[in-house]
Amino acid sequence: MSDQQATASRGGTEPRHGLRLAVAWLVISAIADPLFWFAAGPHMPPGDMTTSAAGAQFDINVLFMAALPVTLGVWLYYGYALVNWRASKGGSDLIGGPSARSNLKIQVAWIASTTVVVLSAFVFGTFELVIPAGAGGGEGPQPIWTPTSKTILPIQVIAQQWKFTYRYPTFGGFETDQLMVPNHTEIAFHVTSLDVIHDFWAYQLGVKADANPGQDNVAFTKTQALGKVTVRCDELCGIWHGAMYNYGHVVPESTFQQWATTNEAKLASVTKLLPPFSWSYTPDANGADGGYYPDNRLPYSKVEVYGAATVSAAQAVKASS
Amino acid sequence: MLAVAVGLVVFVAMAYLRTEPPTVDFATGHAAGQPVDMTLQTVGAIGNGPHSTWVSYMTKSPSGQWVHSTLWNLPANTRINVTIDEYDSGSPLRNPQIGQIYGTVGNAATLNGKSISLIDSTQGNGVAHTFSIPTLGINVPLAGVNGSAKSFCSVAAPCPLSAEHNVITFSFTTPSKTGQYPWQCFVPCGLGYLYGNGGPMQTFGYMDGFLKVVS
Repeated sequence: MSDQQATASRGGTEPRHGLRLAVAWLVISAIADPLFWFAAGPHMPPGDMTTSAAGAQFDINVLFMAALPVTLGVWLYYGYALVNWRASKGGSDLIGGPSARSNLKIQVAWIASTTVVVLSAFVFGTFELVIPAGAGGGEGPQPIWTPTSKTILPIQVIAQQWKFTYRYPTFGGFETDQLMVPNHTEIAFHVTSLDVIHDFWAYQLGVKADANPGQDNVAFTKTQALGKVTVRCDELCGIWHGAMYNYGHVVPESTFQQWATTNEAKLASVTKLLPPFSWSYTPDANGADGGYYPDNRLPYSKVEVYGAATVSAAQAVKASS
Repeated sequence: MLAVAVGLVVFVAMAYLRTEPPTVDFATGHAAGQPVDMTLQTVGAIGNGPHSTWVSYMTKSPSGQWVHSTLWNLPANTRINVTIDEYDSGSPLRNPQIGQIYGTVGNAATLNGKSISLIDSTQGNGVAHTFSIPTLGINVPLAGVNGSAKSFCSVAAPCPLSAEHNVITFSFTTPSKTGQYPWQCFVPCGLGYLYGNGGPMQTFGYMDGFLKVVS
């Protein structure tokens, strides 16, 4: 029995399933996408404490909005097929026929639409990575995507088994367990390690960069809201990897200035014992018989100026000596 | 028969993997509001067991017995008075920032009776080990002894008080929130391991453990 004969034997004309599905899909998508964007979008991780975090949130929302119609389309098709095309008792065998073997229009439409989706995701993802100065990701020692701002606060992140410490070269190179970041400020995180590979993941800041021994991995972001930051190691680094976390704070600029100058003075006796500030260090590999040493590489960029102080290797050495 | 044999092998393997030192209990019978006194030792070589050459901590139980363990039950929200007899030789710290004392009462400790807040590890006998609880913001470096001293401890742990040692004391308060808080030594003293952070640095009973804070 042919399809037409089968339809005729059921006593009716076959509805336009494609049109029905397309209209239903468009309506559902038109409702779901804005609903997601406005209701869930602002709450998606990692928030909007920095430009890179807000950028990541935007990217997630855009990709989710792109994926939502695809998912809904698949679910809708499944539901529609279950209701309309399931085999009924005593009914005709619907399997087979030329349409089940090949449909050029559907094949072309499927290949074209998925190609467009994938290429769009590629272009969008690349653009979103390049334009906002690396999107908070580690760019290595010589970043090619740098912020346009000329006022950048460098903060060195030193990872070691199993904690993070932070050096502030603009303020004499003092080193502390506390991560304190001023609001409305462009930050350059210089991430390095004194032993194995770690990963600096400041979740709410939208910053994530590997910490490699002997390397200066730079990640940029700009703060735009006050709040608490969770820092975690995101590279399996030994028994206390899971405990390698701490908390930081984005504070008003005046509070940061006060905190930094206070700590610069308070920790002066410790800073004297530290090696001269450097963008990365050569740790003693033997363990319990020595320190870590500056690699004597100059700061990567002359644009890292914060407030009135200009960071230079000479100044940093002087401050540390 | 095969299933029984496989089960036995798995059981033995899991039992071995789950082996851990005994937990020294300072919480049971503790009078509320009273401080807990805890005495520890750090030795250059434990001198017995499967890793006799490894550096190690030792814990004196409330009954006065030395126990090879770094797991402690401690009451919550309680002042802990710690005394550490340090018998190991020291060296310059990899990161001199760890030479600071913080998180203790007064951000200070005593070294052989003298109050200190910072150790310059390039001076004297350097730093042998640290007592650090990063999640509670506590760090105490332990000054090393002269490794060439005639009375340097050369017997299996525990070392006798007659051996060359430093006495470090400090106090800290346990958090009110119960749970397990990891602690560790920050001196990479696992000689022969990558960056000195393997072996005893990653094995309970030696240079790291848990504060099990209970109500």
